[in-house]
Amino acid sequence: MQDVVLALLAKEPSHGYELRARLQTALGPLGDELNAGQVYVTLRRLEKAGLVDVRVVGQSDRPDRKVYDLTPAGRDRAAAWLTDLSWERTAPTEFHLKLTAAAASGMADPVALVDAQRRALLRRLAEVRRAAFDQPPGSAAALLLEGASLRLEADLRWLESCAAHWNNRTDEE
Amino acid sequence: MEHVLRAEGLRRHFGSGPSLVRAVDDVDLAVAPGETVGIIGPSGCGKSTLLHLLGGLDRPDGGRVLLHGRRLDGLSETAAARVRRTAIGFVFQAFHLVDELTARENVELPALLAGASPREARRRAEHLLGRVGLADRAGHLPGMLSGGQRQRVAVARALVNDPPLLLADEPTGNLDSAAATEVLRLLAELRREGRALVVVTHDPRIAGAADRVVTMRDGALVDETVLV
Repeated sequence: MQDVVLALLAKEPSHGYELRARLQTALGPLGDELNAGQVYVTLRRLEKAGLVDVRVVGQSDRPDRKVYDLTPAGRDRAAAWLTDLSWERTAPTEFHLKLTAAAASGMADPVALVDAQRRALLRRLAEVRRAAFDQPPGSAAALLLEGASLRLEADLRWLESCAAHWNNRTDEE
Repeated sequence: MEHVLRAEGLRRHFGSGPSLVRAVDDVDLAVAPGETVGIIGPSGCGKSTLLHLLGGLDRPDGGRVLLHGRRLDGLSETAAARVRRTAIGFVFQAFHLVDELTARENVELPALLAGASPREARRRAEHLLGRVGLADRAGHLPGMLSGGQRQRVAVARALVNDPPLLLADEPTGNLDSAAATEVLRLLAELRREGRALVVVTHDPRIAGAADRVVTMRDGALVDETVLV
């Protein structure tokens, strides 16, 4: 969250409300759980860490507001984050190990675990696709949902391979 | 509530002795009006055989199929063909269009076979080709169309007699991702207009767009996911 807020500030100095609005546009429905408090807490932390500066701007018709800007250190960190190549580790390894352990220990039927996981992923896929349907085509939020959908599709295809693998193992016993 | 389609204890076996294949083994399935049911499962699990039995394209060795409460499995071949023409629309993975006929003629064909006048068949075909976004391709032969366009012609053909039920066997199986998306959008529209749909598919996107997904393994329905 800190890195994201820094990167958003790299465009121009901004206030909390505007940052939140920009995040929500970028994330679409996936940003629904983001509340205003999170953005302000993050900004305060960044300020303490010396990564952003705050300036209070008076407004004639409304209360004063705080405008945040990157310090040189903040700009360095935003640049480092943008070019960092780390990629979220995917869930399948753990699930794969669960199936292996279930089969080895006899504590659970691996095929039943696959079935349960498929139900969960299908429900998630249905949600993501419904959400994508509500987004204007070509929007940033639609692009993010497409990524979520493609990953779920890949996971569902892989689950079918798991089902086939462990189903055959059970038959051989 | 009356189901559009209902299968009870459906069974279809091939071969015998050690080479016996239980392609469909004691399957119960009920499809409500307007419901979209996805059938998924590994290759060879019996999904296509099941779909053929549901549509009266193949006869079961046991059990029964009821279409709007009337038995489909016991009908003579002629009677079954008549029901298939008017009450069920079929969409196949390989499109199954007649290569020598234009898109419009392919769509008209089942209407003419069901007794519509040439003028009425033409009217419906033009309307449906417009609906699937192919009004300007009506005079093309299938060979001049892309895979996605051919499948959309096939969907238009399946709808020409306005059947309350559509059965589709891997409708996106031969299509690239963009063409599959077009077909997917079309199926979603049919769902919204209240047509019942049973789709056999490997495509998680189609499964994710269904109201209910059943998983088939070794000829049996082994799992179900309700999505709405």
